[in-house]
Amino acid sequence: MLQITEGSHAVAEIAKFCRPQVVAAYPITPQTHIVEALADMVANCELDAEYITVESEFSALSACLGASAAGSRVYSATTSQGLALMFEVCFNVAGMRQPIVMSIVNRSLGAPLSIWNDQQDSISLRDSGWLQFYAEDNQEATDLHMIAYKVAEDHDVLLPAFVCFDGFILSHTYEPVDMPSQEEVDAYLPAFTPYHRLDAKDPISMGMYATPDYYMEFRYELERAMQRSIDVIKRAGAEFAEQFGRDYSALVESYRLDDAEIAFIAMGSICGTVKDAIDEMRDAGKKVGLAKIRTYRPFPTEELTRALAGVSTVAVLDKNISLGSGGAVGTEVKAMLAGSGITVLDYIIALGGRDVRKRDIAAIVDLADKGVGDMFYGLRTEVL
Amino acid sequence: MAEHVAGCELFESGHRACGGCGPALAARLLLNATGENAIVVASTGCMEVFSTPYPETAWKVPWIHSLFENAAAVASGIEASLKRQGRSEKVLCVCGDGATFDIGVLCISGAFERGHDITYICYDNEAYMNTGIQRSGATPYDASTTTSPAGACSTGNQRPKKDMPAILAAHGAPYVATASISYPQDFMKKVEKALNTPGPCYIQVHAPCCTGWGFEAGETLNIGKLAIETGMWVNFEMENGEVTKVKKVKRKPVEEYLSRQKRFRHLFKPQRRDAEIAKIQAIADRNAEKYGIDIKKKE
Ligand SMILES: Cc1ncc(C[n+]2csc(CCOP(=O)(O)OP(=O)(O)O)c2C)c(N)n1
Ligand SMILES: [Mg+2]
Repeated sequence: MLQITEGSHAVAEIAKFCRPQVVAAYPITPQTHIVEALADMVANCELDAEYITVESEFSALSACLGASAAGSRVYSATTSQGLALMFEVCFNVAGMRQPIVMSIVNRSLGAPLSIWNDQQDSISLRDSGWLQFYAEDNQEATDLHMIAYKVAEDHDVLLPAFVCFDGFILSHTYEPVDMPSQEEVDAYLPAFTPYHRLDAKDPISMGMYATPDYYMEFRYELERAMQRSIDVIKRAGAEFAEQFGRDYSALVESYRLDDAEIAFIAMGSICGTVKDAIDEMRDAGKKVGLAKIRTYRPFPTEELTRALAGVSTVAVLDKNISLGSGGAVGTEVKAMLAGSGITVLDYIIALGGRDVRKRDIAAIVDLADKGVGDMFYGLRTEVL
Repeated sequence: MAEHVAGCELFESGHRACGGCGPALAARLLLNATGENAIVVASTGCMEVFSTPYPETAWKVPWIHSLFENAAAVASGIEASLKRQGRSEKVLCVCGDGATFDIGVLCISGAFERGHDITYICYDNEAYMNTGIQRSGATPYDASTTTSPAGACSTGNQRPKKDMPAILAAHGAPYVATASISYPQDFMKKVEKALNTPGPCYIQVHAPCCTGWGFEAGETLNIGKLAIETGMWVNFEMENGEVTKVKKVKRKPVEEYLSRQKRFRHLFKPQRRDAEIAKIQAIADRNAEKYGIDIKKKE
């Protein structure tokens, strides 16, 4: 049913419809509206779950790990400092192959303290073994939660998943969202069937320690699961399209890329602005397009390479920086396109909530035309 | 003997603990008390490493290890999940003193405040043994460890042992107890009592470490006994914050306990440090007075 709703409430609603048995989360701006909404649902018997009001994000994810290992579907949400506090648990959850789904309401990391949006938090966990989905708008944020559970829990995958959507820009914005009903979600997402679980009737040991004789094979299996997840995501996206009419069967969404000379690569809400700017530039005869990355992990190398065939210049918009190297997405795209003859220029943009407008996107096209890139875009040089 | 036991115990023989390991005995005893219907959450440390080198495990009950400091939080999640599923297994944490007194305090405090129905057992070998005998908040005064070494201007660890049972009792834990592997029946009874008490319960079991403390492997039980007999360790029970039971002893001087362990050797060699021994005696005297452990002779 189409409803005008705040992003956070849409995500809380869909989290409820995914029927988690255990929820453990800790409040942090701009994620708070989600955990408050879930608490309300539990208090009003709309959500039949154990809600653990933990004392920290570190315990939130640890409790989720325990509940998942015991055989429950679980849910959590966090951002920024909270995610940083979970760092150690994140690697552990993936290593133990627990299909936990967690919303990341993207926010920058201190210092200096900032509650505003960029994607440094989830990007910094890129090597942890979590699937990473990025949403452009609140509809996509809502839909990706269903897909994330389905993919994560697939026995060919068994990896945890972040569903990332931009703090404030999406989380606190009211937009129309077509919210499925409980029955529709149930039809799409089957009940959780754990691959194995802690059970006195069939005792197993989980999280053992591995000597050099075994450790590498565990990591290799994780990487294989990541690679297998590509097909599972496509399948889950296609099934979603069939049931709901919105198509997420591609890991990369191409926007006006046919015959494009300059292609943007971006993730999250900025893609909306980029699309509008592209429309205007196209009207003015400029051949620009966008490759929107929906799954940053697994990195969609094959799809992206195919989408970019034919362009001469790629402008990557990175809402993060791997200090001492460059934007995380830009670095990967450069490696991916090495030897292709395509020029890849990276733009560090919108850190800590700095606004991006259509004219900024047009200005970046002008820079890319001149071959100027690998830079911070939009610096206020007067305060440097 | 070993062959006879194998296959009967829930904590299987053949693990990689040192001969004479106190914590290994603690694991065996506590599983005797829990029976099969239990789920164990471990912390990183000696016990986890010696009992579960992949692909082998000594645990015949469901067992999970996540990190050094999060067992109480993992257990919270398991307990919540079992409740949801209507399952009956008891959830136990079995963690070292480092995991309990130091790095895990945040998670433990949260779990106890929230009142999860879990039993938290700290096997206390009074230092970080797995990483090579470094001090913890449970290390006793004057013990020499690799991060509190006795030296020309130090007599070892300069802080007294943290009072963890009191901290957990202050959280409102319905049942808090101390125990010793040298008194197996008492320990097992306390584990059973904790399991059958709703809410978060805490047991701290003294588990001497021959390697870390420096005594012969065959002496483990004797050292544990001496700790009790000298007042260096007190076995007690607290129910709803009140001490309800204490093991009474005819107290021996602390020297009998100290002189048999290399971690206190610097108090006797190259020369005797009477002033330091007197300070430790004073700690034992205070313990004795606080808990009333002395069996008084009839006048
Ligand atoms: C976050 C973190 N810090 C440090 C360590 C290193 N470490 C592993 S076990 C351990 C000490 C364990 O001490 P304790 O809990 O007393 O158990 P024991 O080994 O003595 O049985 C340390 C410091 C770790 N694994 N994780
Ligand atoms: Mg220890």
